[in-house]
Amino acid sequence: MNIFDMTIHQLHTELMEKRISSVEATKAMLERVEAVEPQIGSFITVTTKQALADANRADQKIAEGECHQLTGIPVALKDIFLTEGIRTTCGSRILENFIPPYSATSWDKLRDQGAVLLGKLNQDEFAMGSSNESSAYGNTRNPWDTTCIPGGSSGGSAAAVAARQAIATLGTDTGGSIRQPASHCGCVGLKPTYGRVSRYGVIAYASSLDQVGPLTRDVTDCATMLSVIAGHDPKDSTSVNAPVPDYSASLRQGVKGLKIGLPKEYYIDGLDPDVQHAMGSAIETYRRLGAEFIDISLPHTDYAVATYYLIATAEASSNLARYDGVRFGHRAAADGLLDMYTRSRSEGFGAEVRRRIMLGTYALSSGYYDAYYVKAQKVRTLIMNDFIKAFANVDLILTPVAPTPAFKIGEKVGDPLQMYLSDIFTIPVNLAGTCAISLPAGFSKTGLPIGLQLIGKPFGEETILQAGYAFEEATEWHTRKATI
Amino acid sequence: MRYQPVIGLEVHVQLLTDTKIFCGCSTKFGAEPNSQTCPVCLGLPGALPVLNKKVVEFAIKAGLSTDCSITPRSVFARKNYFYPDLPKGYQISQFEDPICQHGWLDIKVEGEEPKRIRITRIHMEEDAGKLVHGELSGPGDGSGVDLNRACTPLLEVVSEPDLCSSNEAVAYLKQLHQIVTWLGICDGNMEEGSFRCDANVSVMPVGSETLGTRAEIKNVNSFKFVKQAIEYEIQRQIDLIEDGGTVVQETRLFDPNSGTTRSMRSKEEAHDYRYFPDPDLVPLVISDDWIERSRQELPELPEQRQGRFIADLALPLYDAEVLTASRTLADYFESSVAAGCNPKLAANWIMGEITRSLNDSGTSIEACPVSPVQLTGLIKLIDNGTISGKIAKTVFDEMFKCGKDPATIVQEQGLVQVSDTGAIEGIIDEIMAANAGQVEEYRGGKEKVFGFFVGQVMKASKGKANPSVVNDLLLNKLKG
Repeated sequence: MNIFDMTIHQLHTELMEKRISSVEATKAMLERVEAVEPQIGSFITVTTKQALADANRADQKIAEGECHQLTGIPVALKDIFLTEGIRTTCGSRILENFIPPYSATSWDKLRDQGAVLLGKLNQDEFAMGSSNESSAYGNTRNPWDTTCIPGGSSGGSAAAVAARQAIATLGTDTGGSIRQPASHCGCVGLKPTYGRVSRYGVIAYASSLDQVGPLTRDVTDCATMLSVIAGHDPKDSTSVNAPVPDYSASLRQGVKGLKIGLPKEYYIDGLDPDVQHAMGSAIETYRRLGAEFIDISLPHTDYAVATYYLIATAEASSNLARYDGVRFGHRAAADGLLDMYTRSRSEGFGAEVRRRIMLGTYALSSGYYDAYYVKAQKVRTLIMNDFIKAFANVDLILTPVAPTPAFKIGEKVGDPLQMYLSDIFTIPVNLAGTCAISLPAGFSKTGLPIGLQLIGKPFGEETILQAGYAFEEATEWHTRKATI
Repeated sequence: MRYQPVIGLEVHVQLLTDTKIFCGCSTKFGAEPNSQTCPVCLGLPGALPVLNKKVVEFAIKAGLSTDCSITPRSVFARKNYFYPDLPKGYQISQFEDPICQHGWLDIKVEGEEPKRIRITRIHMEEDAGKLVHGELSGPGDGSGVDLNRACTPLLEVVSEPDLCSSNEAVAYLKQLHQIVTWLGICDGNMEEGSFRCDANVSVMPVGSETLGTRAEIKNVNSFKFVKQAIEYEIQRQIDLIEDGGTVVQETRLFDPNSGTTRSMRSKEEAHDYRYFPDPDLVPLVISDDWIERSRQELPELPEQRQGRFIADLALPLYDAEVLTASRTLADYFESSVAAGCNPKLAANWIMGEITRSLNDSGTSIEACPVSPVQLTGLIKLIDNGTISGKIAKTVFDEMFKCGKDPATIVQEQGLVQVSDTGAIEGIIDEIMAANAGQVEEYRGGKEKVFGFFVGQVMKASKGKANPSVVNDLLLNKLKG
């Protein structure tokens, strides 16, 4: 078996048995990155030196008998995570030369466990996009079909796992940015409950929606990663001080007797037939495993996309004000202060980011605030209540991740509204603040992966991981590999 | 026509916390530029604010001391605008649901009835940094940004437009200043900007119920300037209306050199701050327990203390007011009383000799070289006749200079009062013999000469003769 084809738990065993060293594994990964990068384009920065130094240190730790699950495992991070001393661009021209003086808490935690950093991954600029086409550093391509998008905004994080350029990666999910690319690239992606993982050191897009999560080859790896990154961070006031369960320990509990809700608003006409078929098979599988299905309703689903594009853009318009050319980032040659602001931001931000800043600024403006921002917050509460009511009767909710498999590069670039609608099934989860996982659940007739979404109760990560694990045990979708 | 000014004040109170409001950086004044900064107060990508609990405690104390109600669930909001001294492009402040609401201060203007001024709200916010122009060592003539002050905690205290004159405005400010310094939550230093004020001023015809258009005067940093700025602005608006013009809503800047205000920006140029709740900070929930605990911890406030000084220590109102000008002064007075001093005598000495010596030497009461116990000792020496009141002043000056105990000084310099009648009689006899002419004058009915003899005796005894003993003996001897 190739090193780069391994999961975390497989490579961990090899490292512990000392059949492979972390340096060997890291070199194999770096070679793999180099070999397929021209086709995929999932990295913005490859940190070869750092990776080898990390690997050396990991090998020492292993020699000394230290054996965390992640010790010596080569991983990569979406370029939205601050990494001390390593350029962090967030997919934007405006941060092209930004070297952060500190690291994100989630990366610090992985690093403390001995993880090896291969590099920083491509993404939509400031996580604004569903296709990785808004990156200032070129498209990432889908490893299953390089004429297709990998999804976004954590497109690089999903493509790197699918193309076996990293054993596991971290992404962020504001409206589906982990789950949708995981679905399009055939990997496992988890968006934890809001507050479960620290946002400190993660470049903010929409603070009330952003959440960090893992992208992995299987559910076991996903549980391993989550166990490490989850937990309260005194530096993030919105992180929740609740005990972190050992997600790996409870994976094998099965789904017998589990009540799964099927929201009628998600099984609509216009759903791609292949996606529909994959959902049907998944339901059959779960039924066979002993789960019980209940038809439910999430009546405000239709308003989710509009609500999201008011709240997320409003927060973004404020979050992105700090990129002003004064203290860091791109500063344009200019004549006077206003000119410096205008030019630096016009040159530094791409079209989609500018569009969302303008939308959000408008939604917060005097005279429009109540009609847009306040109303959107009210609808958000209604959407949350939909989930609270639904979870009174079911343990989890099963839906598609996206209405279609990955679309073609360039297909929706000219039509932002169509692009926004591709997140219709993932956005409500962020608005409700709860958790959800994307699992490989089949393939389209053209061979593109199709993802299944399990939505859990707030802090119900254990349940969706258990259900995901049971599904994986009963199917083989996750074992298929993109031929690249 | 006669006009009625309408004034509301917004006061920024810089809080005396060791660290900033949303990060752990020091708030110390005067450090090397940008040396007290971190990712949070620099507004770096990915950094998040964490609220300093001390700031909340201080805000609650300010609220309770101004009869505000404390909001059980208050919310931080972002005030969005671009300026190079504002690292995040927004200031974290409070907008809807500030921590304190609906309070008041009862102010006193000399010669007028006390008046209640309502406080609309008190909210917490972070300060911005500072721009530095033309002092950079690097190439070019650019401006620099010092972010040491960024993220320093402030309270903004907003009054209702209940003030009707510059005198009322100053009285309100002084009282607020006294409270925040008394509470120990602000150093009150107006020159360094720890206590600064914006004034909203408008005028309307007397008897009118429609408020005039207001102008906001920015950053007036002394009581004197507040008075000047408001008076100038009132007159400017009246003149404008009398000349047929209209007052426009605008922000004006006070120029202390000319004593005038000038337009800074019009309403049209005003920012749309796009306030919205800060998603990085959860709503601040303050329990009744917390409020109650803060109430217990509140020090006795100046007004209450004045009342006690009058009722329990029989001080006149004037003395009570002077002695509660600051908490340390009032503490000094009470320590003296606690050490056994007669309250009125202590008050006289503190308002007299101590205040004078402190002023002359530019010393604060905190650093007064004479302790309350020493002052009490001095007053007791007068009381028991060891020294005269006159000698006491000499002793005090010496105490203030060297910090020694009064008894030590009296001993060292041989200043003990002479009450021995034999010794004093000897002196009197000598003086009467040497001034036979004056003795005759006195006996002839010119009683004014008595004072001359007292002076001569005191002089001859180097001030140490007990004045009342001198009086009695002289009277007897002169009468013959």
